[in-house]
Amino acid sequence: MSATVAPVRTGAVPRGIDTRGNRRAKRRRRLGFVADHAVGIAVAIVFLAPFVFIVLQSFMTSQQALTSELWPQTWHPENYLEVFTKAPMWLYLRNTLFYATLATAFMLLSSVPAAYALSRLQWKGRNVAFVVVLMMMMLPPQVTQVPIYVMWTKLHLTGTLWPMILPNLLGDAFSIFLLRQFFLTIPQEYADAARVDGCSEWRVMTRVILPMAKPGIAATAMFMFFYCWNDFYGPILYTSENPDSWTISLGLASFRNLYQVQWNLTMAATILAMAPVLIVFFLAQKVFVEGITLTGVKG
Amino acid sequence: MTVAVETRSVGRPRPALRSKRRRQRLTVLAFLTPWLLGVAIFFVYPLIDTIYLSFTRYDLLSAPKWIGLTNYQFMLTKDPQVVQAAYNTLWLVVILVPARMLFGLAVATLVTRLKSGLGVFRTVFYLPALVPPVAGVLAFVFLFNPATGPVNQILGALGLPEPLWFNDPSWSKPSLVLLGLWGIGDLMIIFLASLLDVPKEQYEAAALDGVNPWQRFRFVTLPNISPVLMFAAITGVIAALQYFTEAVVAASVASGQATTGGGNSALLGYPEGSTLTYAQWLYVMGFKNYYLGYASALAVVMFVVSLGVTLILLRRARSLVYGAEGTR
Repeated sequence: MSATVAPVRTGAVPRGIDTRGNRRAKRRRRLGFVADHAVGIAVAIVFLAPFVFIVLQSFMTSQQALTSELWPQTWHPENYLEVFTKAPMWLYLRNTLFYATLATAFMLLSSVPAAYALSRLQWKGRNVAFVVVLMMMMLPPQVTQVPIYVMWTKLHLTGTLWPMILPNLLGDAFSIFLLRQFFLTIPQEYADAARVDGCSEWRVMTRVILPMAKPGIAATAMFMFFYCWNDFYGPILYTSENPDSWTISLGLASFRNLYQVQWNLTMAATILAMAPVLIVFFLAQKVFVEGITLTGVKG
Repeated sequence: MTVAVETRSVGRPRPALRSKRRRQRLTVLAFLTPWLLGVAIFFVYPLIDTIYLSFTRYDLLSAPKWIGLTNYQFMLTKDPQVVQAAYNTLWLVVILVPARMLFGLAVATLVTRLKSGLGVFRTVFYLPALVPPVAGVLAFVFLFNPATGPVNQILGALGLPEPLWFNDPSWSKPSLVLLGLWGIGDLMIIFLASLLDVPKEQYEAAALDGVNPWQRFRFVTLPNISPVLMFAAITGVIAALQYFTEAVVAASVASGQATTGGGNSALLGYPEGSTLTYAQWLYVMGFKNYYLGYASALAVVMFVVSLGVTLILLRRARSLVYGAEGTR
């Protein structure tokens, strides 16, 4: 685009054809640029405004938080420390990390081989198996919830986080789908070469494919970790009666009601809950965006 | 390495081939075993058991007792709250899903037109999608709280009406839609990737034909992105059918009452049941009140609806894609 504009800008109008038309096109293009970016900036402000308002609120005194003022008269970063004394935030954090770390590790152990078999191995019934993966991915968890809940009750595991962690040992449909999409982007030739050299299929996977699929595996693990970090349905279903097992989501949802009515502390807690996710995102943005793009590749 | 390929693949003896096939089958099985167990334990068995339990009365304490169609009868005739919950969920499917898709497409289109700073804009528009749902709801209930929230401050300053948002039964669902629009980042990313994949030549050909912007969208962009739109529609509808977290937390925080998702039935779906969703009602009936047979019946209906919606949309998708190809 800039290449076509440049000659006009330097005054080198090609062979003097219709200078006025050229100038008009140029002006229209520049107007379009300004208009697009004006809209873009306006939309960006709307998207960012909630963050700004809650950050401002989180630094207010409790008295000012009761007013409708938007800017803190004095800044109180100690609000963030006070949150930890008002609610057992360390406990919530520990539980959430326990849940998210184990679930992610288990998911990788079970789902990487499954996704590998679904993408890199040839066998009868592979397409049927992939349809089953899609169905399990699409199925609302509520549909099969009653028998699964009964099962965990009989195993005396309700009230703990295990009902959300253990199923990952037997594969997670969304992760398998995503890993498969990543594996399919790796050229088959590398694996074939290793196979001909006499590598077992397990070695082909661990030595050839997995090193090349590192970004994909990282993205899938991150999605899983964030899913657990954000999960509310699972923790409320299995642990709502046992506050010792509450995660960040559950603790945050009851923060304002159980401990406070003050918005300043509630917003500080809210920011504490979203900060880790946003920080990890900024550190690994590229991997992340690639992962999301792949979720939509399937028609 | 290529030399090795030739020497080894030439003249492979047959029995070795057969045993190799068998070994490969075992390999596949070994790779898949955990997942196959998962399919059996967490998909096939509970699906069948749910259907069975839906014809029973079951409370976890005593064995399930067969009662035929009673649960379904109760659902259709004697449970006003399931009607309200189904209505609210349907409302979300019809309003929230298309609104999110249109807005996501609009923002993605905007990003493609931004010649400078594309990466920054993309990050900004994506960011809210990362916010944990509970945190997002808390932020929105604060932002939209009628008395001191910034949104009504701004509306007041502009002389516009100031709704009660999450505290008004006719505004609570639209407030949830606004929250949903804030988080269109993931949709925006997949739409953006799809828009950037549309072949440039097709736009150039369209420009030579002198088409207007609408025609260009209808006949060039839309056929190219329709598979992704369809994918977003299906996943969006299925997500709306199980809408739970945002509704539960919004009702609890806006009402100012502690909740474990349905402990206090007077506040269910606050305000006035306007945010009570089908998934929440299933949760309350099944796992708060332990009417597990009835919850199973609700689950069966949910299964049938989500399956039906998926099939209808897929059939639609096929005719849409083929139709577009026919006109091209």
